[in-house]
Amino acid sequence: MEPIYLDHAATTPIHPEVTAAMIPALEEVFGNPSSVHHFGRKARQMIDGARRVIADSIGANEKEIVFTSGGTEADNIALVGTAKANMNHGKHVITTQIEHHATLHAAEHLEKQGFEVTYLPVGHDGKIDVEELKAALREDTTVVSVMAVNNETGIIQPIERIGELLKDHQAYFHTDAVQAYGLLEIDVNKWKVDLLTASSHKINGPKGAGFLYMKEGLSAEALQYGGQQERKRRPGTENVAGIKGFQRAVELAVEHKAERQQTYQEYKQAFLNKLKQNGVSSTLNGSEADSVPAIANISFPGTNVEALLTNFDLSGVAASSGSACTAGSVEPSHVLSAMYGSKDNRTINSIRFSFGLANTMENVEEAAERVASIVNRLAKK
Amino acid sequence: MNDNKNTRVVVGMSGGVDSSVAALLLKQQGYDVVGIFMKNWDDTDENGVCTATEDFDDVVRVCNQLEIPYYAVNFEKQYWDKVFTYFLEEYKAGRTPNPDVMCNKEIKFKAFLDHALSLGADYLATGHYAQVTKEGDEYQMLRGNDDNKDQTYFLNQLSQSVLSKVMFPLGHLPKKEVRKIAAENNLATANKKDSTGICFIGERNFKEFLSEYLPAQPGKMTTLDGVEKGRHEGLMYYTIGQRQGLGIGGSGDPWFVVGKNLEENILYVEQGFHNEYLYSDGLIASDLNWINEKELDKPLECTAKFRYRQQDSKVTVTPLEDGKVQVTFHEPQRAITPGQAVVFYDGDICLGGGTIDEIIKDEKYLDYVG
Repeated sequence: MEPIYLDHAATTPIHPEVTAAMIPALEEVFGNPSSVHHFGRKARQMIDGARRVIADSIGANEKEIVFTSGGTEADNIALVGTAKANMNHGKHVITTQIEHHATLHAAEHLEKQGFEVTYLPVGHDGKIDVEELKAALREDTTVVSVMAVNNETGIIQPIERIGELLKDHQAYFHTDAVQAYGLLEIDVNKWKVDLLTASSHKINGPKGAGFLYMKEGLSAEALQYGGQQERKRRPGTENVAGIKGFQRAVELAVEHKAERQQTYQEYKQAFLNKLKQNGVSSTLNGSEADSVPAIANISFPGTNVEALLTNFDLSGVAASSGSACTAGSVEPSHVLSAMYGSKDNRTINSIRFSFGLANTMENVEEAAERVASIVNRLAKK
Repeated sequence: MNDNKNTRVVVGMSGGVDSSVAALLLKQQGYDVVGIFMKNWDDTDENGVCTATEDFDDVVRVCNQLEIPYYAVNFEKQYWDKVFTYFLEEYKAGRTPNPDVMCNKEIKFKAFLDHALSLGADYLATGHYAQVTKEGDEYQMLRGNDDNKDQTYFLNQLSQSVLSKVMFPLGHLPKKEVRKIAAENNLATANKKDSTGICFIGERNFKEFLSEYLPAQPGKMTTLDGVEKGRHEGLMYYTIGQRQGLGIGGSGDPWFVVGKNLEENILYVEQGFHNEYLYSDGLIASDLNWINEKELDKPLECTAKFRYRQQDSKVTVTPLEDGKVQVTFHEPQRAITPGQAVVFYDGDICLGGGTIDEIIKDEKYLDYVG
């Protein structure tokens, strides 16, 4: 059976044009960007070109882009690096209960270092309440980190309103935009964010590349020790080919944003319709209007993620769940727990389907048929 | 071969060498093999380390070598309800339970089998040392070819419908050969040590483990005549025939546990390995399972095991009116223990088994056993 990929929020296939753009970077441009000779300059030129394209894509200037190994590293620098560099202004950090673990575990690390962290709850709709954030703000708050789009539910958070709220506060505002970048219109000035995370492999680029936007003048401690790369904010020889591929992926995302949004919305709609037509009992987690078109997080009452994901995979449907089930331990999804409470069955019977480049209307509908027959069989028992 | 290709076999994989080789053999025979790791117990320690994570990692490595898909499934709740609760209840009642028999009956060959079938499997395979054959319409379970590894003792509660769905790919092999196959195929688990002891206790101290769940009530240790020989730490820590850990010094033969008095919280001890109080000539068993699913209607001459890795003994099994059976030994047996399984054999055929309830000597129940 032809395997069908519905897990683009986990990672995406590399666009052929991205691969093509990377070949010269692998075959010819092998120099070290820090070297003061011809070979080094070629490489430096390549990453600076990428830096310009990427800065443009979010309305930033190129000095504000720090290349990292990916989203996790960027989130870590944004939280830990910024909080530590600004300790003289306070030791309070605010984030949310639904962040990616790259943020949550960085926040837990800060707590162990003597920082205080407030984890904002979300409503049943999966969104944080800006009023609650306002109430949680303190004079000694130095970092506020709220993700732009949740990776499990696809729910869009009110980033602009938070930016507005924080504009007269000392706290730096970070947003993890890994799931938003390439799909939503992002302008760091409009959003009034000081830090923003994005990752290459979520937008059809290669793995091992990402960036952190750091507003000019913002200070953050580097989390690694080494050379002077990335203006000392991220030591280590740059992943030149990865960054070049990332650049091409960004160009393609910018060029095709509207068209992709439209297509993925159609996929999502068709997928949900097919389930409905087949009499599948299911509910969408979070409202469709609040979420990005690429992600549908669906609860299937009377089932559990283990049986669902195993059955899906055996019938060639690749999806995933926020409930981690490594080595047979099912941890209910922390995101759905924050939305519904940890005892709610939706935390252990929900699956995330995410659409993208690997899909066609045909394979989305075919996947929905397979999903429907499995769910109908499992839920009946 | 073509049939095998269309036959899906789910292999219960523990991360050990036996189940790894079971999967390998099925793969070599051309089956559509799926590896599934089952997690029944959470032993995560304060550092977040859990043996299941390590074991699953081994399953992943082996399955990737075999190019078969792998998944995990969690039965912690079912295991707690069906196996661990029984385990504690039996200890509370002063008996020595056999959780592996219960785990096979309720978890591996019930909950896990159901899960496998729900994945479209035609068969469930495990790395047990036992064999299944079909005689006419009837499935039979035979001892594993390796006498020293035969595991039918633990599988005595399986039914016809279960046997019709299981495969034991190692049943015909000696353990040595299994290790050899693993090594020849460079399986990641080829040199992994065999697990020992009860799965959820693992390598930990048994007393310490049990004391986390059951309050220990120390009491007197006496001979059956009431001569005090010391103190015991809690009746549940001792089993019939046990020598270790009694702490009785002095000269003469070593001391052994011969019984328990639950009401007065006394542990009975007597001297000498062959002490007459350790011997009996019969038992009553309940929870009988006959693998051919035919009620016993007349006395049966066969052999029996009263614990794992014991030589068979000749017995006569007589049905009683309440569904239990009386098992009469042809030779007196030492240290028969309530709570353990009695398993019956006709040659290499495992006929079924039950749970030992009462011990009989000279036509009387031995009350002191517990």
